[in-house]
Amino acid sequence: MNHIALKMLMGDTGKYIGIVMGLTFASLIMTQQPAIFLGIMSRTYSFITDVGLPDIWVIDPKVQFVDDIKPMQDTELYRVRGISGVEWAMPMYKGLLKARLLDGTFQTCNVVGLDDATLIGGPPVMLEGKIDDLRRSDSVIVDIDGASEKLGKPSLIPGGKPIPLKIGDNLELNDRRAIVVGIAKVTRTFQSQPVIYTTYSRAKSYAPKERKLLSFVLVKAKKGQDLVELTRRIRESTGLAAYTQADFKTLTYEYFMHNTGIPINFGTSVLLGFIVGAAIAGQTFYNFTLGNIMQFGVLKAMGTSNWILLRMILLQAVLVGSIGYGLGVGLTALFGFAMRHTILAFKFPWQLLLFSGAGISLICAFAAIISILKVIRLEPAIVFKG
Amino acid sequence: MNLAVRCQNLVKVYDTGGQKVTALNGINLDIIAGQLMMLVGPSGCGKTTLISVIAGILDQDEGLCELFGENLLAMRSKDKLNFRAKNIGFVFQAFNLLPSLNAAENVSIPLIINGMKRAEAERKAITLLEQVGLGARWKSLPSQLSGGQQQRVAIARALVHNPRLIVCDEPTSALDHETGRNVMKLLKDVALHKDRTLVIVTHDARIFDFADRIAEMDDGHIVEVQDKREQG
Ligand SMILES: Nc1ncnc2c1ncn2[C@@H]1O[C@H](COP(=O)(O)OP(=O)(O)O)[C@@H](O)[C@H]1O
Ligand SMILES: [Mg+2]
Repeated sequence: MNHIALKMLMGDTGKYIGIVMGLTFASLIMTQQPAIFLGIMSRTYSFITDVGLPDIWVIDPKVQFVDDIKPMQDTELYRVRGISGVEWAMPMYKGLLKARLLDGTFQTCNVVGLDDATLIGGPPVMLEGKIDDLRRSDSVIVDIDGASEKLGKPSLIPGGKPIPLKIGDNLELNDRRAIVVGIAKVTRTFQSQPVIYTTYSRAKSYAPKERKLLSFVLVKAKKGQDLVELTRRIRESTGLAAYTQADFKTLTYEYFMHNTGIPINFGTSVLLGFIVGAAIAGQTFYNFTLGNIMQFGVLKAMGTSNWILLRMILLQAVLVGSIGYGLGVGLTALFGFAMRHTILAFKFPWQLLLFSGAGISLICAFAAIISILKVIRLEPAIVFKG
Repeated sequence: MNLAVRCQNLVKVYDTGGQKVTALNGINLDIIAGQLMMLVGPSGCGKTTLISVIAGILDQDEGLCELFGENLLAMRSKDKLNFRAKNIGFVFQAFNLLPSLNAAENVSIPLIINGMKRAEAERKAITLLEQVGLGARWKSLPSQLSGGQQQRVAIARALVHNPRLIVCDEPTSALDHETGRNVMKLLKDVALHKDRTLVIVTHDARIFDFADRIAEMDDGHIVEVQDKREQG
């Protein structure tokens, strides 16, 4: 009877397309919105990912997430270096500073100061120049997005695209000269400011004079060290907070989860997608069954059991569900591909396929169940009713 | 004389939201195997209700209805489905073909319900379509056939599994006179034989001459049964 179920479904082209489109829409929303959500959430900690190398981040205990800078005194660095199990510990400065552009306007930048000797924590990918060029006086490395947009020089034609900053160009940070020696590619962060890398000591000279300027102490553990144990030792002997790389990401991520409207906004669109999808697909599928009720009645009168009819409807639901799901996921993937070079955050892990798959299955199960109930309750005597 | 159907004191009351309609009010009727029995009478007198009970798709409230000696009311629902699948063919006023299935696929449905493999069932369906004069049209969808052709496909579907009883509700009402008579001719010539009984509900007086016997109903009763063959 399977072929009869399939022909019944596809024979009614208009309704068939309607059901599939409803499910495609639901599947698209339930995949694409979470993908953007995950993309945005992963950006909250992409700075930690980019720095990469250190096992442990030591910070002020009041810090709530990676961009929440609560500076420490430089002496903390030496205290951390003295703790057993620490292979090395490096300072890092991170702060928002105003850069003065050639045309006299100001642009807030995310300035990262790396340990002068080792330059640990530098940009993950250099597009032009070398990280080592930071050893030259007044040198900075600028990220490509910042260099080509917000830090770019004004276009020669009014309203045109800015001219990208190049190696050798100058900036002014806190009235001090900064010479661009490299262009880097960094993972986009949640903040959209340009990122400027320089050395720790130079960053301190760019920053307003303050007693405390040390943002992070980056720690590499000795081989074979238990990281959790080491973070405990650092906390106990310094009174600072110490997180493994993964825990610091979690801390940051959780902060955004609990203190911003992002999860609620995306959760709402996903839920709406689910509800609208369930309503459209459920409704059109049920209408389709109602429209074919005489056919089901005829089959029933001729001796088809409820069990077989149930299987026929399930098959129809599984078919439209699979097609709708596939199209929705496919469209999401296309969307992600089309947006890969843009500012849009997008992350599509395989778990997301399970998530939207479960959502679509739920919608189809709902649509199938209301239809099945209708057909099971159907009196075969309706076949003789005009 | 073998009885195909025996109805004794059949009562059926429809209850629609407190309002009770007595559609069958003590029906006594014997239908002889191998004959064409027509059920006639004014609209609303209970004809459709009666063949629904006879065909085992509606349960009576009182009385006994035996089909080839079996009481369908007493059967388990699975046995009842099997009994219907094997023994009964249906012909409807509105044809009720499945619109997205072609003629052969439509005709093959009763065989598939009875467990036959699809390919074999469709082969057999085509031979039945040949018998009703539509062998060349086996690939056509119902929408590509005229009303008379659709009803012939429906007759092939009612015959294909070789049932012992075929019930038809107003099979000619949707057709013009000549087409209706051709359909009746087909039913009488191809469908009817000594092991197959036909019960046809109609109010179309122009086809009464095809009947072996005519049971006239009124208001839930059988008022008269005429034997047309004796009248000759
Ligand atoms: N499903 C039903 N629910 C309520 N009343 C019904 C139903 N089917 C038929 N009836 C009523 O039962 C009576 C007999 O109907 P029916 O058997 O269809 O008559 P006929 O086929 O002779 O026109 C009519 O009064 C009709 O309105
Ligand atoms: Mg009727």
